Amino acid sequence: MIWTNSRKLAAGLAIATALSSVAVALPAQAATLRMAWSQDATGLDPHKQTAFSSLRLLELIYEPLVRLDPELNIVPAIAASWEFAPDAKTLTFKLDPNAKFSNGETVTPADVKASFERVLDEATSAAARSNFLSIASIDTPDDETVVFNLSTADVPILAAMANINAAIVPASEIAAGSIGTTALGSGPFKLDSWEPNAKEVLSANTEWAGGELAIDGIDVTVLPDETAILASLRAGQIDFALINDPLIATLVPNEPNLQLNRVGGLAYNVLQLNPSRPPMDNLLVRQAMSCAINRQEIIDAALVGEGVVTGPMTVPAFAQDPNSLFCYEQDVEKAKQLMEEAGMAEGFTATVIAATGEPPVAASEAQVLQAQLAEIGVTLEIEMMELNVYVDTWLKGDFDMAVAQNGGRPDPYPMYNRYFTKEGNLLGVSNFVDDTLDSLMKQGQAETDPAKRVEIFQEFERHLAEQAPWLWLSTSYTYTAQLKTVTGFEPSPTGTLFGLTKVAIQ
Amino acid sequence: MHYLAQRLLTFPLILLGVSVLVFVSIRLIPGDAITAMLGTEAGMLTPDQRAALASYFGIDQPVWSQYLRWLGGLLQGDLGISTIYARPIFSIILERFPLTLELALLAMLIALSIGIPLGVLAATRNGRPSDLGVRLLAMLGQSTPSFVLGIMIIFVLSVAFGVVPPMGIFTPLWQDPLANLSQLIFPAITLGFAFAASVTRISRSAMLDVLSEDYVRTARSKGVPALSVVWHHALPNALIPVVTLSGVEFGYLLGGAVIVEQIFALPGLGRLVLDAISQRDYALVQGTVIFIAFNFLVVNLLVDLAYAALDPRIRLGGK
Repeated sequence: MIWTNSRKLAAGLAIATALSSVAVALPAQAATLRMAWSQDATGLDPHKQTAFSSLRLLELIYEPLVRLDPELNIVPAIAASWEFAPDAKTLTFKLDPNAKFSNGETVTPADVKASFERVLDEATSAAARSNFLSIASIDTPDDETVVFNLSTADVPILAAMANINAAIVPASEIAAGSIGTTALGSGPFKLDSWEPNAKEVLSANTEWAGGELAIDGIDVTVLPDETAILASLRAGQIDFALINDPLIATLVPNEPNLQLNRVGGLAYNVLQLNPSRPPMDNLLVRQAMSCAINRQEIIDAALVGEGVVTGPMTVPAFAQDPNSLFCYEQDVEKAKQLMEEAGMAEGFTATVIAATGEPPVAASEAQVLQAQLAEIGVTLEIEMMELNVYVDTWLKGDFDMAVAQNGGRPDPYPMYNRYFTKEGNLLGVSNFVDDTLDSLMKQGQAETDPAKRVEIFQEFERHLAEQAPWLWLSTSYTYTAQLKTVTGFEPSPTGTLFGLTKVAIQ
Repeated sequence: MHYLAQRLLTFPLILLGVSVLVFVSIRLIPGDAITAMLGTEAGMLTPDQRAALASYFGIDQPVWSQYLRWLGGLLQGDLGISTIYARPIFSIILERFPLTLELALLAMLIALSIGIPLGVLAATRNGRPSDLGVRLLAMLGQSTPSFVLGIMIIFVLSVAFGVVPPMGIFTPLWQDPLANLSQLIFPAITLGFAFAASVTRISRSAMLDVLSEDYVRTARSKGVPALSVVWHHALPNALIPVVTLSGVEFGYLLGGAVIVEQIFALPGLGRLVLDAISQRDYALVQGTVIFIAFNFLVVNLLVDLAYAALDPRIRLGGK
């Protein structure tokens, strides 16, 4: 009887499989891209959202004045052209006369002015506000010109404007107080519906100035488990997906019908030391730790080889050979010697915090670091935390060390100003003040000559690596996976999905 | 009737206790709606910006005052507004509940229809290889975590058959029964598997007890056919512990099959509460937990009433 039962069970399973394949076999909507991601957007206000997934969604709906192309060059979006005055204190934009919101209204200088005033208004709590504090006033001399008058020379402000946190929203919607509840932008897609943590339905915005799209829209499904995302791709149930976990990403190329898009990201994996706590307040100890670790080994073991050794500068235009930085080649003998000079030959014990699943490799990174640092007598106790708890602890600077993945910016100034200058908002996280870093950062902000800026920030990088308040480890890749029937997608180091505007489905 | 009134009177007290517990515990964990929304960027906020956001999320008041305000709303049937969904919480719960209810019922159906026959089979073949086989299977069922089984099912389906159950969306039963079933059958198997194992074990041991009772021996000696003894005389009495187990387990299932809903991306109550916790939507966590607690109480009451129906010897209320 047991066999009869199991046969029944098998038959039931077969029927159920058939049932689900019936559902699967239903034809997809003509040219709608079926997309999945594991984390959903957390809100619709482009000025307030900072979560990766929110930015990815909002970049399809809204537009900033300028945007970054896949090589990180600044290219037109709502603005057709722009110019800095020689003293870098005035920035003038000419708007694209064809730029329209999805309701058909033209994007005007008044919309631009109202958007930036909203970002600067403290009551908005805009996350990017600190990048725009140099804006003294905004003039709108005619119906296609916007002039930003800056209180100090501020070259990085242009790159900061190429971010969806500086999106241009309709002045009328600001006045109506409906930003965040409706999503009325000038971008390539319109948001038809959104069910948080479940799905988004986007349709092509026929008013978009960037040209016609080859797809009718995008249906986004939230599949929290990336194994399920891979399975759905395999079964052809979705066309395109965002992948965070390198382990899942490495499985994609094994599938004949799938293609993996991989691009080096700007975000960096780092071991943050807390230089306000002994013995990490001792330069020699920090340097010893930097010499003791083997960055490539961490990539191979914890990131399944999916990463590149990096110094603080992850932006390709500013990066230099990491091997030229202080102790980037592992040197355990030197590390032990430095520990001895610091009077710490016996080693010490410290706690390292890491967030569960953010990034997915955080725990394994911490474990490899634990093993490597044990060589010089440093005992790491790993404390894994739920993401929100981690963020709270991290913001308070309440840790000995932290395994972190920090977001990158296309310009070094907004990327590190927050941590390593005397006015930095996140000084409480880095706990590291250094006159050289501070003055180099200020020079980099005012310098308009691109070649000189590169020199300044490379010196900044060398000094930072030598002071070793943090140990920069690697940049990860950002991944998308797609069916081979999808063509034309251009991935970008910023992780943006704007490349979907060029996608066609065969 | 007296018993029923007594039980119903304890409901508000239990719910009040639950509400205090959940209200305090969700606020004890570090992080708040602001860090949940902004992540590490929350550190870039000025104190004024932070205050503005705190007031927007309603977390600028002292905890006791937040609680009283929330309780006041609750007494008027108002669970508040979710910050994630920007909608009344009760309507979100009602939207998510049918899926979880159906999933729980389906899992229960699978568990009982596999577990009871297997348990009976094992009991009647006590000590023989088939009994051993069933016990092994039950052990396996109980010790396989649902996330392992769920991921294995998805993996095997997608690799071997090139299909996966449609995920992420939910088609209500009344709209398209076939699509609905194809969505829920595998999650229900995942969920029902461990439960089936418990049912098997409980019904086996209960059956063994009953089969050694005098009245069963009497029935046998009277010449009642073996099958009839098992199914008509023994089984109804052996079912009582199964009912108890099912009641408790069903309450848990209604509490949201968090893991299974997460793996199969089903928008049910379990995922709702998980997302609400990770995004620190306090009101949504509170509302959903209260709703789940209420269901748990109702199911358990129904189970108690079912005892009396199954076994006339049981008199509720101790009279």
